[in-house]
Amino acid sequence: MTEKLIYELSRPGRCACFLPKTDVPPADLPSEWVREEAPLLPEVSEVDLVRHYVRLSQLNYGVDTGFYPLGSCTMKYNPKVNEEACRLPGFAQTHPLQPEDTVQGNLKLMYDLQCYLREISGFAAVSLQPAAGAHGEFAGILIMRAYHLDRGDTGRSRILIPDSAHGTNPASTTMSGLEVVQLRSDSRGNVDLDDLRANLDDRVIGMMLTNPNTLGLFDEHLEEVARLVHGAGGLMYGDGANLNALMGIAKPAALGFDVMHFNLHKTFSTPHGGGGPGSGPVGVTEELARFLPGPVVIRTLDEEACTCGPDDEHDEFCYRYELSQPGSSIGRLKAFYGNFGVMVRAYTYIRMLGGAGLRQASEDAVLNANYLQARLKQVYPLPYDRPCMHEFVLEGRLADAPGIRALDISKRLMDYGMHPPTNYFPLIVHEALMIEPTETESKETLDAFVDAMTRIAEEARTQPELLHDAPHTTPVGRLDEVRAAREPRLRWKPPAP
Amino acid sequence: MKVDRASRYTRTHEWVRLEGDEAVSGITDYAQEQLSDIVYVELPAIGEHFGKGEVYGVVESVKAASDNYMPVGGTITAVNESLADEPQQVNTDPYGAGWMIRFRPDDPAEIEQLMDAASYEEYVSSLEGAH
Repeated sequence: MTEKLIYELSRPGRCACFLPKTDVPPADLPSEWVREEAPLLPEVSEVDLVRHYVRLSQLNYGVDTGFYPLGSCTMKYNPKVNEEACRLPGFAQTHPLQPEDTVQGNLKLMYDLQCYLREISGFAAVSLQPAAGAHGEFAGILIMRAYHLDRGDTGRSRILIPDSAHGTNPASTTMSGLEVVQLRSDSRGNVDLDDLRANLDDRVIGMMLTNPNTLGLFDEHLEEVARLVHGAGGLMYGDGANLNALMGIAKPAALGFDVMHFNLHKTFSTPHGGGGPGSGPVGVTEELARFLPGPVVIRTLDEEACTCGPDDEHDEFCYRYELSQPGSSIGRLKAFYGNFGVMVRAYTYIRMLGGAGLRQASEDAVLNANYLQARLKQVYPLPYDRPCMHEFVLEGRLADAPGIRALDISKRLMDYGMHPPTNYFPLIVHEALMIEPTETESKETLDAFVDAMTRIAEEARTQPELLHDAPHTTPVGRLDEVRAAREPRLRWKPPAP
Repeated sequence: MKVDRASRYTRTHEWVRLEGDEAVSGITDYAQEQLSDIVYVELPAIGEHFGKGEVYGVVESVKAASDNYMPVGGTITAVNESLADEPQQVNTDPYGAGWMIRFRPDDPAEIEQLMDAASYEEYVSSLEGAH
């Protein structure tokens, strides 16, 4: 390791700050609350402290340092103007308990964002509550269950999920106390219609479907799938994780979905991948709107503020924005109103691009993925060989380099200064390498990636040990993932004296 | 890929064989190879009953987590507790020390209806040919 732990830098008595003597009497804590020994905290000087964290920050790899084709994660560049906007004092320094009258601007932003997401998706209503994608899924499943229970249909407990789904789909279903039924994919990567028919009955709450799916393919039977599920009384849940392929081109509500979550942190360019925070609003049809998690933002005409004549068009100053709980809401899912800072970033992104810009973002994302797919399928096996959407899945294995696996290729890619693609997902592809370039990368960057992947394939044949031992240029070499999982060491302990 | 001639097999890559009036089951050599190094195995409680095809447990490797399905219906009589500390036994000896559950089958004759070793080998090679 190139950087020691801060505990290893620690020397007794060193300190980075000196507090003045307290000028109030010390509080008298009950003795059982007072610890007997001082906690083991690192003791370092200010300069050592600063250098330690600056050095650590320089070991980071992110979208701002290089290409990051991590499939399914939409690691697009996040424009810095989003950061400017969300740091405006009017947004950054409001308190969630402020009276509504004093935060009309914030509420209007949330209202407008709800409207934009409705327009992009075609859904009738949106709640911004959920804090991340899987949280949005959880909300969507509770909404679907509430819909059936509200109709007095209590016999449904199953959710159908294709084997190409994101792992969060079965996890969210299980979290909701419901049963997962896994469906097969057919040879073109679509939902297997026979398997769907065989599993559709009056026990089915609905189906969770990602479209485009995790192979990056648009399901060719989508309308038939929706017709069959609706015919059995079920609802269609759309996993909006892959919305980056569809903005301005296809509206999920028009494709037959009843509920969908958005990943604002992916599609609408807010920083993620280092722990968030995310934002996973959920959109629904008119019929399901009253079940949405709340509060949502509504607006009413403010008779006092509005000075419009009978023929004038109302402007934003004519309305009053307020928080409201939908009539049969599944309840609150998050403290206060969701991750507001992320909403400001996503709102800024949408306003900067506009309708035409969003459509172009999706078109370019699809174009970039197809360009990479067309070039890389000359080098690596492409199991589902048809035009892709925003991402595609290669097999990370080569017939004439038998000892090489997807993991070796990915680790070697780090030596070329690039982030590896997603490995071993989806599970239906052997040695999967899932590649999503996004729209923000130039042709030069894409070509550099193809060159690196081509050279790695050559190395796999001529110098396989170079791949087995990779990475060579990173602060630490190949990590022992198996030992880390079997014998985790989660806490530093001082060496025995 | 190794197979155990005395066992029967499911399409979801479990093996099962009768030992007296109880059955023993685990995952196949092919399954452990696909999963790679196994780091965690979750097993059911003794006395639990599962129908054929129901999920009784989970195996986790550094690559993926995967459900284990009951090859035929039955009631759990024992689980391989040593897998908690040494899950790698599933990698090194999937048909022996890496066993997962013992159970009393609802209908022992059902086991005979599963694939034998030769049919399972054929089934796996058909998978390898596809995607």
